[in-house]
Formats: sequence, C-alpha cells, structure tokens
Amino acid sequence: MHTALLLDMAADAAPDRLALGGLSDGLTFDETRRRARAGAAWLAGQEGAAVAFLGLNGPTLPLAVFAAGLLGKPFAPLNYRLPNADLNRLVARTAPSVAIVDDDMLARLDPHAGVTVVSRSAFEAACAGPAPDALPDADPDIAVLLFTSGTTGEPKAAILRHANLTSYVISSVEFLGSEEGEAALVSVPPYHIAGISAVLTGVYGGRRIVYLEAFTPEDWVDAAAREEITHAMVVPTMLGAILDILETREESLPALKALSYGGGRMPLPVIERALAMLPHVDFVNAYGLTETSSTISVLGPDDHRMAIYSDDPDAKRRLGSVGRPLPALELEIRDPDGKVLGPNQPGEIYVRGEQVSGEYAHKKMLSDDGWFATNDGGWLDEDGYLFVDGRLDDVIVRGGENMSPGEIEDVLREHPGVADVAVLGVPDDHWGEKVAAVVVAREAAPTPDELAAWVKTRLRSTKTPEVWAFRAALPYNDTGKLLRRQLKAEMSAPPAAA
Amino acid sequence: MDLKPGSRWKSAVCDAEFVVVRPPKSAVQLECGGHAVIPHAEARAGDLVLSDAHAAGSAAGKRYSDAETGLEALCSKAGAGSLSVDGRAIGAQEAKKLPSSD
Repeated sequence: MHTALLLDMAADAAPDRLALGGLSDGLTFDETRRRARAGAAWLAGQEGAAVAFLGLNGPTLPLAVFAAGLLGKPFAPLNYRLPNADLNRLVARTAPSVAIVDDDMLARLDPHAGVTVVSRSAFEAACAGPAPDALPDADPDIAVLLFTSGTTGEPKAAILRHANLTSYVISSVEFLGSEEGEAALVSVPPYHIAGISAVLTGVYGGRRIVYLEAFTPEDWVDAAAREEITHAMVVPTMLGAILDILETREESLPALKALSYGGGRMPLPVIERALAMLPHVDFVNAYGLTETSSTISVLGPDDHRMAIYSDDPDAKRRLGSVGRPLPALELEIRDPDGKVLGPNQPGEIYVRGEQVSGEYAHKKMLSDDGWFATNDGGWLDEDGYLFVDGRLDDVIVRGGENMSPGEIEDVLREHPGVADVAVLGVPDDHWGEKVAAVVVAREAAPTPDELAAWVKTRLRSTKTPEVWAFRAALPYNDTGKLLRRQLKAEMSAPPAAA
Repeated sequence: MDLKPGSRWKSAVCDAEFVVVRPPKSAVQLECGGHAVIPHAEARAGDLVLSDAHAAGSAAGKRYSDAETGLEALCSKAGAGSLSVDGRAIGAQEAKKLPSSD
C-alpha cells in the first residue's frame, strides 16, 4: 500500500477539515492533496531518483513527503544541524537526487555530481500552482531513507518501504479517529523517524498538524496555547524544559489532552512532575526505532495514573517501562545464543512484523524468518510490560558482571543534588571495565562519597561508580540522545579523576 | 484476480474502493455489492446493479477480513456495497484503539 493513499483517503472523506498549519491560515485536506500533487508534477520534471530534504519543519514537509511518495521516489530528510562537511557527505550519498533546500541553507552545499538543488521557495511556489489531472505511474517501493543519528559511527541509511509505513499507520491509528478541532504540535525535526510518522499518522487520523520550525520551550508553550493544541510528542529533554516554562508562567494548557514522549530514557522525576502539574493530560510513553517505522511499544495513560495513584509496587515500577508491544507485532527477549527468555530475564529485544523494515542501504538486517535484533537490551515482566535497559553496546562489563547504565542513572537521578547524570564504563586493568558517573549537580553539590553511599544502599556495591566527574552539562544531540560514546572517550582519556 | 498486498480494487456497482492488506491463502474472487471487484484503474461498466444481499455498505478506514482464507482488505473509499468472498459475506474487524504516540 502506498503512503499517498493515506492522504487520498482523508481528502476524500474529510476534504474541508483543516490538515496543516494554523487555525487562521491552515490548509484543508483537499488543498493539501492538491498541493502535494502539484509539487509532485513539478518534481517529476527535475532529475533525480530520490528527493532529499534539507530544511526546517513546516507545512512544506508533508507536501514534500507526499509529493515524493506520489512519484515513487524515496524521501531523504537530512540533518541540518550537522557540520557542513558531514552534511555534504550525506547529500552526496543521496545521488542521483533532487534536493529541496531551505533558501538560507543553499550556501552550505557544495556542488555534487548527480544532485540537483532546488530552493524550498521554488518548491512551495510549484505546490501553490495548478495541480495536474494525472501523474506518471509510479510503483511504490522505498518511501523514506532516514540517516540514523550516527551516535555510534558514520550515519547508516535506514530504508523504510511504503509497505512498512502504511502497515504501521493502518494498524495503530483509527482512520479519521480524531475529533474535530484536535491538533498535534510537532517539534521533532524532519530527519527523525517521529517527524515522518507524525505526518502519516496525523493525516490518516484526521488531526491538524501544527509545526514548530525548531524547538525552544518558550515557542512550544506559545504555540500550544495559541493553536489550542490537543496532542504532542516530545523527547525527554524537551519535557523538562517545557515544565519549567509552564511553572514560571503559571500556564496549564487547558486544551492539551495528550502528551506522548519517547526517543530516550525519561527520568522518573520529570514524568512524575509532569503528571502532578498536568493532571488533565493523558501521558503516553512510546518506544520505537527508526528501523521499525516508529512505535513498537506503548505505555498508556491508565498505566501512568496507576503508577501514581496506586500502592501496588508492580504498577509503580511500570512507570519505568515502555508498556506493552503493539498488537500487530511480535516481540521476544533472547539471550546471546538466540534462546527465547521468560519473564524478568534480561536479554536482547527482537521484533517481527510488517512495520519492521530492519534494513539499511545494501544491507538487510532481518533474519530469514523476519525477526529484527534491535541491539537494545531489555526484559518483560509477568504481565508483558517491556523494560528497556538501553543499547547493548552501552552495557558495562565489570569482572564478568553485566550492568546497564540506565539502572544506575535512575538511582542517581533520585538524589536531590543531581540534576542530570550519565553512567558509563571506562577501561580498568583489573576488572576490564569500571563504572564511571558524570554528574550535573544542582546548587548544593553532593560529594562523590555521598553519592556512592546513595547508590550502595539502593543497588549493590559492584554497581557503585568508582570514578566520578562533575560537569556543567552533558552532551546531547538535538533529538535528546545522550552522546555516550563522546563522554566515554573523554572519560577514558588519562588521567582519570579518582 | 491477483489479490496481492497493496493492489487496489473498486466495486463494479458502487463508489467503494479497496486495497488488499493481506492476500488470500488460495485463489478466490472478491466481490462488492454482489459483483466481482474490478482493478482500480478500470472504468465501471455501468450495467450491473447492487445486490440486496450485499448492500450493508463499506466504510472508509475499516478493515474487512475473511478468517477462512486470510484475505484482508482496507476500504479506501466508502460505498453502498459490502464485501463477499466467493459469495460469502465477510465482516469488519474490531478496531483496536491505541493511544496516539507520534
């Protein structure tokens, strides 16, 4: 099934409903389809087998997604925050392509063989022009090429086919299931899987999409209030910053109904604060990967409320889980030999389903029977709730004992003197690796001894960090992923602070 | 008819359109409104009439499935006719409501 059919269906069934943009100047579904078709006709006249996109969020993004899809050309959104040299390497990898580039970013690009550069304003003008009666026949196959964030090396190009994305959408979203007047605020960037899935699920669900060009907490709160936003997805670092603004302004966003979060580990103190400050809001924790077309597991609003209002320790613990796998998927925990593990046994998370692409350019990562190894460690509890420990590459192995940084970080974050923390393994002659903690302290900074005692009484002594460092801030990429590899390199460089 | 995943069809007697989500395990005929569906790109002949026995309607966004053959189709445009497989009426799946996560 073709992604463009999702837009067709919505435009046929609800042509006059607002699809994109502001309450005062938004585009209806019918107009969105008309513009996407006009854009497609214009792009068909440009050379290039793929459509690259370098630019900020905005209504032009969905138009470009659907225009590329209508032509059967893969859509490749690029990270405009990359340094010019890295960015140009990615642009070259999209060839042969036509690249739609924000006007003020044009100067950043070098000429590349096989890449035709067009300005965003030229594409927008074409979209506003007359729509064609017919478009060239396209055989839909690859819908999106998404370069992974490259926190573990050179970015890989993940392939998402029309079949993967549409399977995700029709199995997880009710067609036009949104109530009139609902609007989603999208602040994740176009080159993130959540930015792509937001386009498709928003359109199919019939919910107006409002874009923030780029995230700042002030702009997010302004837009949420002005546009009567009912739904939004944020990454954990965004949520904390948003709560700070809401608190300062004594604003509660009465129109807001649901806030989903994902893309990284949510610190418990932040989500607990959010639940207390916004009791009228449904919170949803979503876990997914680029290679799985977005969400594969969801912790719903009732689970969040249970965790806060019940005394059941299992229910409380689940606030640290990512909920249960989507019904359209299979999910297993396996040991390094591939044996399927039972409840409460940690191993690697495997998934299988039509939304799972598990594929990179020139490299299919699915097993013959369709399973994808996520490289994430995790475990399921007795009721099927999934707990994610983090990337397997990040596991610390100290004297043969495996430790996940997330567990130790969670404990340290509960300390009143800790604002943020990263735990990682650094080389050790005796143990192979030892546990190091990089702490961002609050005003009354705790001492390493105090923090070590805090961990020791809550976990066990082997999990207590032996190396401590204090920093003003931790390095994150712009979608909230901790740059653990960078920290690890810095912390491993001698001399290590004892 | 080759009911492969992603293939698009339309009713010969009403406005309904469908896309195959899951193919049948064996060759079958998919009908809407009592008549075999036609490929999406083909024009309706206009001389067929809706059968009263298959006029329960098809709703856009609903997934219709046949437990016997495994065939599953998504209605992409609503119409007056309802689906059948080799003359046997098939029903809509219960929609599983999931919280929005994107």
